Amino acid sequence: MLNYFIIKLAPGNPVDMFIDPNTPKEVLELRKEILGLNDPVILQYFKWLLNLLQGQLGYSFSSYAPVTKIIGERIGPTLLLASAALIFGMLIAIPVGILSAVKQNTKFDYIMTGLSFIGTSIPQFFLGLGLIYVFAVQLKWFPTGGMITLGGAGGFWDRLTHMILPVFVLGIVIAGKKVRYVRASMLDVMNMDYLRTANSKGLHPFIVTNKHALRNALLPIITVVGMEIPLLLGGSILIEQIFQWPGIGQLTIQSILSRDYPILMGLNLVAALIVLTTNLLTDLLYAAADPRIKYT
Amino acid sequence: MALSPYELDEGSMSAVIPAESVKPETEDAFLKQLFTRFIRHKLAVAGLVITVLLILVALLAPWIAPNDPKEVTGVFSAPPSAEHWLGTDQVGRDVLSRLIYATQISLIVGFVTVALYVTVGTLIGIVSAYFGGWLDMLIMRITDMFMAFPFLMVILVVISILGSNMTTIILVLALFSWPSVARLVRGSVLSIKQLDYINAGVALGLSTPRILFRHIFPNAVGPIIVNATFGIASAIMSEAGLSFLGMGVQPPTASWGNMLTDAQSLTVLTDQPWLWVPPGAMILLTVLAINFVGDGLRDALDTRQ
Repeated sequence: MLNYFIIKLAPGNPVDMFIDPNTPKEVLELRKEILGLNDPVILQYFKWLLNLLQGQLGYSFSSYAPVTKIIGERIGPTLLLASAALIFGMLIAIPVGILSAVKQNTKFDYIMTGLSFIGTSIPQFFLGLGLIYVFAVQLKWFPTGGMITLGGAGGFWDRLTHMILPVFVLGIVIAGKKVRYVRASMLDVMNMDYLRTANSKGLHPFIVTNKHALRNALLPIITVVGMEIPLLLGGSILIEQIFQWPGIGQLTIQSILSRDYPILMGLNLVAALIVLTTNLLTDLLYAAADPRIKYT
Repeated sequence: MALSPYELDEGSMSAVIPAESVKPETEDAFLKQLFTRFIRHKLAVAGLVITVLLILVALLAPWIAPNDPKEVTGVFSAPPSAEHWLGTDQVGRDVLSRLIYATQISLIVGFVTVALYVTVGTLIGIVSAYFGGWLDMLIMRITDMFMAFPFLMVILVVISILGSNMTTIILVLALFSWPSVARLVRGSVLSIKQLDYINAGVALGLSTPRILFRHIFPNAVGPIIVNATFGIASAIMSEAGLSFLGMGVQPPTASWGNMLTDAQSLTVLTDQPWLWVPPGAMILLTVLAINFVGDGLRDALDTRQ
């Protein structure tokens, strides 16, 4: 538990060092003065920290809107996309992984393991482009990008059709990685003595697999899913760019291109917070799933 | 010398760690066993063959590429023809030649990045585990910090400041990849440190570096090799992703990633598939091949089976 406090004390530290020194050269000297960019780097950083303690993240260099407001508008879509992708990925990975483990060394197992390799090896942006080409351009089943139809009526269905392709791309990569974890974890558990007991008691194989084995196999999986969150956020940068999804990934690219440092600092802070929160959630979930672990 | 309990102990040890380099002939036998195990993994062998072919393509690029990758040689955006097998791009450069030269970029980024961070990570991991105490604590907290950040986001920011070219990409990718190796190495060194033969080495008065590099490192090398192999694949993928976003290798130098950038426009995506399908397929093929090799190595080195 101590770990989290130590990390929490240093949000953005390694990053901020990189961000501050290079002040945009194209910005006028006068504006630099107003924004305080001519101050020494250390002073800027401490000013930023001080403002942070008061809940202020400063104002965007390009639009002068408060950073908190800009990020606040963008974070919802990203969380929506990322969590939908995580759920979708796990919904594929857990059943497929279990089946692969139960039917170890059968055709099904080999095909699924092979597919999971392709899933992890395909570049997300290539898969995304391919899907846009097939399903949006050729078949016209889904829109090519964006979150809602511009000028359209909006609503749940509209949003859903916009979500399917990006969620699929992000989810497939997660599923590809996790299938192998679930499979390995199930195989470990299935060799345990208590499963032999359960089987010899004459319990139905379905119950043995899903009640006795799965619960124990889930423990390592929870940890692995928690570790996936930073990668998911990173992946969403590419996906949001391809699908024109108005989330923080797209904002990152825009801010980098316009050298909007206050926003970038804010984004990194938010990203670190998301990662820390999910780490904490992972720990709590772990405790909930394993009665042997108790936090005191 | 060979007391029976000692022999017994050594026997059980080599069951856990076959890399134990006691005598040259056991090492040979180990390598042979490794080879037979690797060969059994059909996909890994296929992956290895493809990887070797790709390395050959990269090395022989100047001789097999039909045109100069940076030179305008034909009409722009021409579909595939006898003259240009994969057509030409939007400026009129030969797509096939660019594809071949881009192999160099990807493989260099993959191998150099991994060589760099595996070396650094291994050294840090060994030091951290062997000395322990506050140093270990400090190093582990640093790795925690590195691993908590969304990798790609931070890399993008750093690259946007340092400027994007192949050297910065390699350095930045290595900078954010060493912590996982350090942790892996630390873990295996910690478990090896407990073994009796290390105590014997200390008792014999061997120097610390000698114990670290002659006696501990060879036994920890298996997982490092597996990790490095997967690392090459992921570095290649990261480079492609960065170049795709325009934050990586810059045109006119060809990289599979920046060849895909054009496909963000719907006209290219719809009407000129020869521009974006081949580089994407090459990334997939390369990464898949290297991952299969990694999987084969993992199975071959995994002595639990």
